[in-house]
Amino acid sequence: MGKVGIIGVGQSAFVRGYPGSIRELAYEGFKGAMEDAKISNKDIDASIICSAPEYDKQRSPAGVIAEYLGLTPQPTFYLESLCSSSSMGVRTAYSLVKSGLHDVVCVLGFQKMSEITSAESQERMGRGADIQWESPFGTMMPAYYAMYARAHMEEYGTTEEDLALIRIKAATYGQMNEKAVYRKPVTMEQIFDPERPPVATPLKVFDCCANADGSSCIIVANEEKANALCDKPVWILGLGAASDTVNTAGRDLFTGLSVAIEAGKQAYEMAGVRPEDIDVAEVHDCFTIAEMMAYENLGFAEPGEGKELIKAKETYKEGKTPVNVDGGLLSKGHPIGATGGSQIRTIVLQLRDEAGPMQVKDPEIGLVHNIGGVGLYGNVTILGRS
Amino acid sequence: MAKKKKKREVDDRFKKFGTVSFTSISKVNDFISHLEQGKVMGTKCKKCGTVHFPPVADCAECLSSDIEWFEVTGTGKLVSFSKLTYAPVGFEEDLPYSIALLDYGDHKVFGRIAKDIPDDELAIGMPMKTEAITLPNGQLSYAFTRA
Repeated sequence: MGKVGIIGVGQSAFVRGYPGSIRELAYEGFKGAMEDAKISNKDIDASIICSAPEYDKQRSPAGVIAEYLGLTPQPTFYLESLCSSSSMGVRTAYSLVKSGLHDVVCVLGFQKMSEITSAESQERMGRGADIQWESPFGTMMPAYYAMYARAHMEEYGTTEEDLALIRIKAATYGQMNEKAVYRKPVTMEQIFDPERPPVATPLKVFDCCANADGSSCIIVANEEKANALCDKPVWILGLGAASDTVNTAGRDLFTGLSVAIEAGKQAYEMAGVRPEDIDVAEVHDCFTIAEMMAYENLGFAEPGEGKELIKAKETYKEGKTPVNVDGGLLSKGHPIGATGGSQIRTIVLQLRDEAGPMQVKDPEIGLVHNIGGVGLYGNVTILGRS
Repeated sequence: MAKKKKKREVDDRFKKFGTVSFTSISKVNDFISHLEQGKVMGTKCKKCGTVHFPPVADCAECLSSDIEWFEVTGTGKLVSFSKLTYAPVGFEEDLPYSIALLDYGDHKVFGRIAKDIPDDELAIGMPMKTEAITLPNGQLSYAFTRA
């Protein structure tokens, strides 16, 4: 059985209020990936369209998007696992290619969140939780992650200042990323501005990523096609995926995400690498605490030691394990269905030495950690140069 | 005159749960009737004994739907909590409020902390009770109170 590679990556700029429809938004990521791979829509054998439902009026978006991108009559289908949809799409593309069913598969992630208000968006996001038993209490994503933050602080002595350091790092790199929605620096004073009440204690505004509109596109191919079509294919070395209970009452761990631990374990085992082998990583920093937990869940730090990693700047570009040196979700923005593909794009560019001012030095192996819901779905993808 | 077609009776008691309910029909609608009687109740599978909160109508472990109800009594330990100052649509009037999780050992209960408990009184690990309440809009719920 041959290897499976990524031969093209693209993403739209992540913006507030994209001035177009979902098919036009999808086109932006697609165009980038086609130009990057130097192929045409005729080279694609199937497409997987990924987003989280309910933000658009269009039912079954795969059809209109495949039509707009000229991907008919090839098979197309819609895939969702909330915020990890497009990582799950790449996992699915891998299996379609590895099985020999298709040679080249397009994974298109998108989300146009701006057609509804932020409060409505929070309500929909809240319904990514258990609508029968938890949503009636007025839940929303920041509050759930805030519960993890408080538990982490209680158990390990992590502070709000430690979390703020993660936001400051994100902003450092967000400024360099022309695709990011938030391109300004962030200071400790801004984060602790008493004029800005916490969203959900202990998480404040700057602990939370911004909603955005965006699309991403990843082209997955078998070894033969990848070598024939692409000068610098990046190979999928490891894939891990896991799920947890929707209802928090079903969980035991509140200082980390069990899906990340499990998916990470699977991906490391499949790739035959260890956490210390990871040269650059993208983790799902929808909230600052999420990145802190990712350090520990992926083995970059021991449980409770994540704060030491960020204090020592070991997750900066020059550090031991650079993390989210494209600004992360915190600065790039988080258009749900497009996020995983955007993270994978960043790692592919890094492994090809094409990340511009965000480039880390000679990375061989990169990792993507992408979470759906509050640790409901977890995907870890390990990519390599060879 | 044609006989008026008899409308099928729908048991939609679950629409009474919480500030805004997103579910109206469930096989565990009796949970709502128990709340009305001031009891917060979970379920236990009669066949394998597995305890569930929130309640379930079916046991996926042994494929039995023969369940019995048990009351959530005594105290649970506060696992974590967060106070919201921003709410989803439909919950604005409730602000500010705190969501939380209590650990009862063989089950956990997710819900809200009673309004009259000040923030500085809350600490992870503290014992709390779960009490059925009626909300200002007439809906039924439960809240975590001082042990």
